[in-house]
Amino acid sequence: MADLTLKSVVKRYGTFEIVHGVSLGIEDGEFVVFVGPSGCGKSTLLRMIAGLEDISGGEISIGGRVVNDVEPADRGIAMVFQSYALYPHMTVEQNLSFGLRMNGNPKEDTDRRVKRAAQILRIDQLMERRPKQLSGGQRQRVAIGRAIVREPQVFLFDEPLSNLDAELRVQMRVEIARLHKELGVTMVYVTHDQTEAMTLADKIVVLRDGNVEQIGRPLDLYDDPENTFVAGFVGSPKMNFLAGRVVGADGKTATIELVNQHEAQLKLGLSDAPTPGEEVTVGVRPEHFVDAGKGACDITVDIDVAEHLGSTSYVYAGTGSREPLIIEREESRHGDERRLTVGIPAKRAFVFAGDGRRLR
Amino acid sequence: MTRSGQNRLRSFTLHALLAPLAVVWLFPLWMMAVFSTMPDHGIFSSDVVLWFGTSFTDNVRNLQADTDFMRALTVSVFVGVVYTVLSVMLTSMAGWALARYRFLGKTAVLGIILGTITLPYFVVVIPQFVMVARDFKLANTWFALIVPPLFNSLGVLFMRQSFSMMPPDLFDAARVEGVKEWRIFLYVALPLARPTIAALSIILFLHSWNNYLWPLLISSDRSMFTAPVALGSLVGLTKVSWGGIMAGAVLLTGPMLVVFLLLQRHFIAGISAGAVK
Repeated sequence: MADLTLKSVVKRYGTFEIVHGVSLGIEDGEFVVFVGPSGCGKSTLLRMIAGLEDISGGEISIGGRVVNDVEPADRGIAMVFQSYALYPHMTVEQNLSFGLRMNGNPKEDTDRRVKRAAQILRIDQLMERRPKQLSGGQRQRVAIGRAIVREPQVFLFDEPLSNLDAELRVQMRVEIARLHKELGVTMVYVTHDQTEAMTLADKIVVLRDGNVEQIGRPLDLYDDPENTFVAGFVGSPKMNFLAGRVVGADGKTATIELVNQHEAQLKLGLSDAPTPGEEVTVGVRPEHFVDAGKGACDITVDIDVAEHLGSTSYVYAGTGSREPLIIEREESRHGDERRLTVGIPAKRAFVFAGDGRRLR
Repeated sequence: MTRSGQNRLRSFTLHALLAPLAVVWLFPLWMMAVFSTMPDHGIFSSDVVLWFGTSFTDNVRNLQADTDFMRALTVSVFVGVVYTVLSVMLTSMAGWALARYRFLGKTAVLGIILGTITLPYFVVVIPQFVMVARDFKLANTWFALIVPPLFNSLGVLFMRQSFSMMPPDLFDAARVEGVKEWRIFLYVALPLARPTIAALSIILFLHSWNNYLWPLLISSDRSMFTAPVALGSLVGLTKVSWGGIMAGAVLLTGPMLVVFLLLQRHFIAGISAGAVK
C-alpha cells in the first residue's frame, strides 16, 4: 500500500501542452476519482502515473519514491483499461496468470494469486473460457482480476465501466466499491460520469483542459463548488444557471435581480460583494427549488416537458435563456399545469462572477 | 416477370458471358495436363486431341532421367519452406517495429520500404547477382538461393498493417504487467496476427516456388537447380521432350493448386486485410 503524490506534472506533445502543472496528494488507501469532460487530460494523467506516457515536467512519487523514470511494471501499480484489454487468444486463467508467468513467478504462488482473485470476483467457473465467450460484465471482472493478481500498491482504473450497459454499470460500481473496502489499497479511477465519481470517491479531482478545477470530497464539491464548471459538472441533473444583475450591495449582502424573471429580486449574504450593475450568474440545483412563497424570491416559468419518474418529477421549463430550467418536484402527479411558480431559497443559491468564479 | 424470375435471368446472362472466359483461361491448363500424358509424337500430331493419353509415367521417367527432377522438387520445397519461415520472421519483426514503436527516422524507413515496391525486380536483379556471385562468391549455395530475396517489402507492410489494427491497450496491459517487449511480440502480437501470417506464408511460399529468374542466375550447378530451373533447362537441349516438360509442369502446379484451394479463405482474407475497417 502506498500514497501517491503529483508535483506540478506537465504533459506536452511537441509544443502543445495538454496537462498544465497538476499537483495532487493521494493518501494511502484512498479512492480518488479524476472526473472531467472528454479531452480534459484525465486519462493522460492516469497513463503518466502508470508510466505508459512520459512526463514532460514535474514529479510523480508512489510510496515516497519518485517514479518518473521507473518502468510501469516496477511502479507497484496495476491498471484496468476501458477496453478491458484481455488477450483474446488466452483463456481467463491464462489471462490472469500471464504477467506472473512471463516474469518467472513461482507456479504455486501464481496459482494461489489467480485462485484468490477468481474467488474475490466470483469468476471461478469461467477459468477455461476465452474472452469472446464472456459477457461484458464478466470480461470486466477478468480485467480487474488481472490487476488483483499483481497485488499492487495502487490500482488505476481508466473508465472501466463505460462499455457496460446502465444496469451492469451500477452493479459493477458496487463491486468496485466492495473491492476497495476489501483490499483497502489506493485506487485512482478515471471517469467522465459524475455519478460514478460521486458514489465511489473518497476524493474527487475535477479536471478541465488540463487544469485541476477543484479537489474535494464528493459532498463538498456538491455543496461548495468553486466555479460554474464544477457546479455544473457535479450533480445530476445539472445545476441551473440564471442570468442576474447586481442591483444593490452593502458589503455583507447583495441584491440580485434575475434577468427575464419579471424583475424577481434575490437578497443573499455575500461578503465577496460585487459592485452594483455587475452581471452575475445565479446557480440553483433542480432539487433545491421550494414551493412558491417559501424561498427568498419566486420565479414563474412555462412548462415545456414534465418527466414523471414515480418518486419524483423533472420539469423542463423555458426561461428565455439558452438552456431549459430543470426543476425537481417530489409529487409526480400534479396534473397538466402549463405554468409553474417556485421559490429559490437564499441558502441554496450560488452566485458566480462573470468569469465563472464563485462569489461567497 | 417476378423478382426471382428476374434474378434467374440475370444469373443466366452472367454465366453465359463468364463461362466462355473461364474456358479461355482454363484451356492452357487443361492442355498442359493432356500433353503431360501423351508421347512427344502425339503432341505434335496433326489430330487435335483434348483427352488424356497413357504416357504420364513415361514422361516423368524421361524427365527424371534428363534433369533429376525429384531432386529439383526437393530443392524447391526446402528453399520454399526455409524462405517462408525466415521471411515471415523478418517481415513480422520489421512490421511490428514500424507499427508499434516511435524511433528516429521511422518515416524515412517506411518511405524507403514503400519505394522499393515501385522498383521493378529486373532493376535489382543484376546488381544483386553481381554482389552475391562476384563480390561474395556465393553462387551455387543455399545462402544465395534463400537469403537475397528474403527482404519482402510487401510482407513488411502487410504485417505492419496487421499489427497497427490491434488495440494498443493489449500491449500496454502487458507492459504494465512487466512483460518484456520481445515476449509481448512473441506471446501477444504474433498469435493475434495468425490469419495474416497464414495468408502471407502462402504468398511467400508461392513466390519462392514460382521464382525462376534468381535461381536460374545464381545456380549453375545442376544439384542446386530448383524445379522451374530444371524444367527450363530442358528447353535448350537439341531434342526437347515436351511431354516431359508438361509432366514436370503438372507436378509443379498440382500441389500449389491443392494448397491454394484448401487455404483460399486465408489467402483472400489476407489480401483484403486492411481494405475495410
